[in-house]
Amino acid sequence: MAGSTLTLKDLHVKIEDKEILKGVNLEVKGGEFHAVMGPNGAGKSTLAQAIMGHPRYEITKGSITLDGQDVLEMEVDERSRAGLFLAMQYPSEISGITTSDFLRSAINAHRGEGNEIPLMEFIKKMDNTMEFLDIDLNMAQRYVNEGFSGGEKKRNEILQLMMLEPKIAILDEIDSGLDIDALKVVSKGINSMRNEEFGCLIITHYQRLLNYITPDYVHVMMDGRIVKSGGPELAERLEAEGYEWIKEELGLTDEVEQEA
Amino acid sequence: MTIELQNPIDIGYIESFAEKNNEPDWFKNRRLEAAKLYETLPMPKPDKTKIEKWNFTDYKQHTVENETDRSLDELPEKVKALIDTDKDVKNLYVQHNQTRSFLKVSEKLQEQGVIFTDLFTAVREHPELVKKFFMTEAVQVDEHRLTAFHAALVNGGAFLYVPKNVVVEEPIQTIFIHDNGDAPLINHVLIVADVNSSVTYVENYVALNDDAKGVANIIAEVVALDNAHVRFGAVDTLSKGLTTYVNRRGHAKRDARIDWALGEMNDGDTIFENITNLVGDGSYSDAKLVVISSGKQTQNFTTEIVNIGKRSEGFILGHGVVKDEGTAILNGIGRIEYDAVGANSQQENRILMLSEKARGDANPILLIEEGDVYAGHAASVGRVDPMQLYYLMSRGIPREEAERLIIHGFLAPVVNELPIESVQQQLVKVIEGKVQ
Repeated sequence: MAGSTLTLKDLHVKIEDKEILKGVNLEVKGGEFHAVMGPNGAGKSTLAQAIMGHPRYEITKGSITLDGQDVLEMEVDERSRAGLFLAMQYPSEISGITTSDFLRSAINAHRGEGNEIPLMEFIKKMDNTMEFLDIDLNMAQRYVNEGFSGGEKKRNEILQLMMLEPKIAILDEIDSGLDIDALKVVSKGINSMRNEEFGCLIITHYQRLLNYITPDYVHVMMDGRIVKSGGPELAERLEAEGYEWIKEELGLTDEVEQEA
Repeated sequence: MTIELQNPIDIGYIESFAEKNNEPDWFKNRRLEAAKLYETLPMPKPDKTKIEKWNFTDYKQHTVENETDRSLDELPEKVKALIDTDKDVKNLYVQHNQTRSFLKVSEKLQEQGVIFTDLFTAVREHPELVKKFFMTEAVQVDEHRLTAFHAALVNGGAFLYVPKNVVVEEPIQTIFIHDNGDAPLINHVLIVADVNSSVTYVENYVALNDDAKGVANIIAEVVALDNAHVRFGAVDTLSKGLTTYVNRRGHAKRDARIDWALGEMNDGDTIFENITNLVGDGSYSDAKLVVISSGKQTQNFTTEIVNIGKRSEGFILGHGVVKDEGTAILNGIGRIEYDAVGANSQQENRILMLSEKARGDANPILLIEEGDVYAGHAASVGRVDPMQLYYLMSRGIPREEAERLIIHGFLAPVVNELPIESVQQQLVKVIEGKVQ
């Protein structure tokens, strides 16, 4: 089997009575890296949170399936155990729980009762992964994200990604607020996951990340829809020319800019 | 039932008890003076809890007898679980109701001149120290009716003295077992850390009989003389039928430091106060408290640090979990007295509500009489943060397990500070049992 398939069909999502996604169609397969780009407020983060099941987002229409299974019927934890992962833009801080205990609980939840990861195996895997991501080994004993710098939080997200080995990962602005060294490390982590089985949806505001992670497909999102799709060359053109040409090409108007 | 009750204060009884207990006259006289004060003093007034109908003073008989001087193996399983038995037990006092069950003091401590024994042995053998510090520096007999009740009728406890310049490496542990509701637990722990000394002490109050009804009146006094450092840990797990008054008091002299890590896990109604007087310049206290209220119990907790000395620093952290129809009030008081220039008073009190019918209040109070100081407070009452829950669940952890992790994390500040591993594990187990 060559990995899983995540399929979004005509996805409509609202938050507090405001419709944010207005019919998104997308398919991500194992082995594929997709990038979703777009201006602020286009609905990129909403897309990520809706797939994972954030409690504030309401799906009003459409479907999300993973290998044909209805994701919308699943609780958040079930989605994770089914193989989805979301690297969050703003991960929560959880006091009193060490990063190590948190990750072990997560891994054991995936493996199920009676099949818990042996402690030594866990420690070895965690140490190796932290070293690979240039993370100070002390982080294992620090409370989850508490007092972490922006860069440490992002690395922690990638650490979790690599430890949990999902089928499909969504990375929500994993590059925001990172300096160039941290960006390289985070990219190295994501690239190390690349194989036939693993699919990835990279949401980003900046083309910069795509210098380090080459996507197979690039999608442009505007006003709650995917309005254009292409290969890596699309991202380069966006970086060079911005989003205006797409608006013109599609006959879209931007009310705010018109007023200005 | 009520016919069998003994009059709480019976002068004749107190005299005969003191006699039978071979107490020196000065101690007996203190009892009698306190007995006189009992009638005239008012009850304490914990903020936001009405205690008029609570029984703090009625009991059937003043003391009960239990087996003395048992070996560690003979102790109940619940008690053994609190002792690091895999390590060499060095310094431990166990008391069963009013009877001394076990006492061990390491040779090293004895050589260093450390005194660690039951309270009444100390009263007889070390009168100069006990007389000087028993309810004179930290707690006063005439504070209110329950301190007078305590001084008149104290029937158990321990005494620890650490001489000048002595650093005690191993933690010193006491366990007070209660399983007979007929006799009140009127227990007193007195710790005196002399100049430049350092010690870590951990006490456990354990109920063996869940049904025992009665009263507990617990006082611990910690006197830290100049530059001494006392770390005080406690976990209380008294039974549902006990109405408990707990008073743990610190008195820190110049540059002294008293740190508290207190886990209040009683099943019954409890009035708790932990006050530390930072008397000396440069003294310091870090007071951490975690509590759980469940069932229908009402508990009121006051943590107060009084800055009297210049540049003295006090830090309060209180975390409470409330579930079922339980009530928990967390009062945090930072008091800075006039002339305490450069003092620092910080506090954080938080309540986590786990059910609709639970009641919780985090009540921050700052009383400041000096201008040149630092002070701050944070307080909150709320439910489990849905974003934290979402984050944990997004990693595959089921909702219940995620909630459990968040609650343990919330109560971790005290768990992590307890210096005896078995006591730490026991507290985690008690928390587990209470929140599931």
